[in-house]
Order: sequence, then structure tokens, then C-alpha cells
Amino acid sequence: MDFLAQYPLFSALLALVGLAAVFGALLGYAAEQFKTEGNPIADEINNILPQTQCGQCGYPGCRPYAEAIANGEAINKCPPGGEAGIQALAALLDVEPIPLDAEHGEVKEAPTVAFIREEECIGCTKCIQACPVDAILGAAKQMHTVISSLCTGCDLCVEPCPVDCIDMISQEESLQTWHWPLPDPFSRRVDIIATDNIRSDAHQDRAA
Amino acid sequence: MLTDYSILLISAILVNNFVLVQFLGLCPFMGVSNKLESAMGMAMATTFVLTLASACSNLVYHFLLVPLGLAYLKTITFILVIAVVVQFTEMVVKKSSPLLYRVLGVYLPLITVNCAVLGLALLNISKDHSFLQSLVYGVGGGAGFSLVLVLFAAMRERLAVADVPTPFKGPALGMITAGLMSLAFMGFAGLV
Repeated sequence: MDFLAQYPLFSALLALVGLAAVFGALLGYAAEQFKTEGNPIADEINNILPQTQCGQCGYPGCRPYAEAIANGEAINKCPPGGEAGIQALAALLDVEPIPLDAEHGEVKEAPTVAFIREEECIGCTKCIQACPVDAILGAAKQMHTVISSLCTGCDLCVEPCPVDCIDMISQEESLQTWHWPLPDPFSRRVDIIATDNIRSDAHQDRAA
Repeated sequence: MLTDYSILLISAILVNNFVLVQFLGLCPFMGVSNKLESAMGMAMATTFVLTLASACSNLVYHFLLVPLGLAYLKTITFILVIAVVVQFTEMVVKKSSPLLYRVLGVYLPLITVNCAVLGLALLNISKDHSFLQSLVYGVGGGAGFSLVLVLFAAMRERLAVADVPTPFKGPALGMITAGLMSLAFMGFAGLV
């Protein structure tokens, strides 16, 4: 104590180091308590992605792309998700929606399914290996066919087929496949600020 | 007794508002006010840090620094306390709301160097606040910060779609808006 009274510098040092050590221990304990497992954001992104596992984004499936987005990848590389998917991702991640990257494919007008012209099929199984969702049935030297209810229309089986017997046919709109059209993301916004622009112009500006 | 605390609270929220009257913590005020949602998250995180840091620094000052005669070390000690509180807040936010953690991004650790937090801790000492008074002052400071941040973010969200002359677009209009808000808050002077 005398020593400390004689050299106030040491008491200052001791106090600061002691305080830092106590705080460090507290933080270490808190880090142990509040440890996060996995990547919760990637899970939420993965729920939005269409789960076609088509790989058009350049990643081997929807989950890897979700993790890439969580780490800062662009959100506009998913053609099956389309404009609606980009809007949902932008809302989730609190960023500006950007138009779809044409490099990774275009949004199809109508959903398509693969169809194998069975009389031309030679049973090479190459399309089975390419299918990300196991929607193609068949065995070596046996004719293959597509289970259309499982097909996500990702086009990945078209390329490997050596005899080009796979067509992508657009699904006929029937009572079973018809859906309500998705709402237009721009029409829901309400203009609250007075402006000289005519409404339709303002919409075009935003869309551009 | 109760009137004293309510006066302290009102004074911290409105009359001596940290952002608009004392001009402390302007960085998150301009930086995280683009979206109302992230502004609310930031407001909550900052309020939490302000309250906790205010109370902790008061305890450390009165029970460690003063008995050891080290009052002159208060600034560096408070910086340490604030850094620890912010780190703790970051862990809690990361665990409880990963989305908010992502949205706040770099602004969450930046609370450490938010001058409002250090300013509050030092003001507590210079105004000779007791522990309870520091706590109330911290809550009031946080509430005042939250109030103006949320108001400002709500205005900026509407201004973002407004048809303003090109030279005023973006941060310029934000600065003007903040100045006008500050003028409005000056009107509270003399309330208590």
C-alpha cells in the first residue's frame, strides 16, 4: 500500500489493467453464452429462393447461393425466382431491388416442363445425372421419362442429351395450374408527395 | 424527488436533446436514417448502450477511480467501459436478431465512438449525478436520440421519393432537414 501511495502511476496501471481483465472475462463469458450456430440469414434467404436447384446462378444449388448472398453476392442471379423473388430478397435484406442479371438466363413467360420424346431416347442416363431434382425416371439402355409434377423446368437436362430428344414444353394453363397473378410491386405504392410529374411518368422513372 | 427525475428526463429528451441541441452523435443520425426500420433498430441499440454505459461508468467512477484518486483517468476508463458495453450489445443483437445485425452493419460497432455515449458519461460526472440520476439521464438521452432518429428517418423516407431540385438531392436535403429540426427543438429551451 505504501508502495502504491508512493508511486501513483502503478496504482493507475493496476486499476486499468484490472478493469480490462474483469471486462475481458465478462465478454468472454458473454461470447460463450450468446454463441450463434450456423447462419440464420442464409436460412431465411434459402426459404425465399425457389428451390429449383437449377444452378443458373452459378452455384451448385439454392442453399449455396443463399449462403453466397448472405456473404454479399448480388441478389439478381435467380431467373426461376423472377422479379418477385428479387423483390422479396431486397425487402428481406433491406437493399434496393435490382433488375435480373440477363447473363444467368431470362424469366420464362410461362412455366415449362421437360418432355422426352421416348421413341428417340437411347437410354444413356446423361439427363438423369444432370437433373437436380431427380425428376427423370429410367435406367441404362432403357427409355427415360420425366415426372412432370417434379420437373422445375430448369433446362439442365437439355444440354447433355446426345440425341436432342428433350423438349421444353410450356405448361398448358389448366384448372390445376392456374394461379392468381402476383401483384405488381409498383402499383401498391402510394404517392404521398405532391409532384409535377404525371403519374405514369413517375412509374416509368422508377421502373427504369 | 420524483419531480427532479422527471425534469431530468424531459430535459434529456427534449430541452437538451443530445443530437439536435448538443450536436452529439451526428454520425449515426445521418448514417442510419435512410430507412425507418434500421433507424428503429439503431435507436434501440443506442438507447441500450447509452443506459448501460451511463450506469456502468458512474459505478466505475465512484467505486474505483475516486477511491484510488484516479479521477483524471475518467476519459480513458469510460472509453473502455463503452467499448465493452458495445461489444456486449453486438453479441446480443447478433444472437437475437441476425437481420438487424446485418442491416446495422458497421454502425453497430461505431456506437463505440458515438460521441453521445462518451459525452453522456462525462456529463454525468461534471453534473455530479448520483447513480440513479445517471441511469435516468441515460434513459432520457437514449429516448431523445431515438425520438429524433426515428422522426428524421421517417421524413427522409418520404423525401427520397419527393421531386426535389437536383442540387438538393440526397445528403444536402438531409442536412437542411436536420437543421430545421434542430431549430424546432431549440423551441423547447426554457421548458424546464
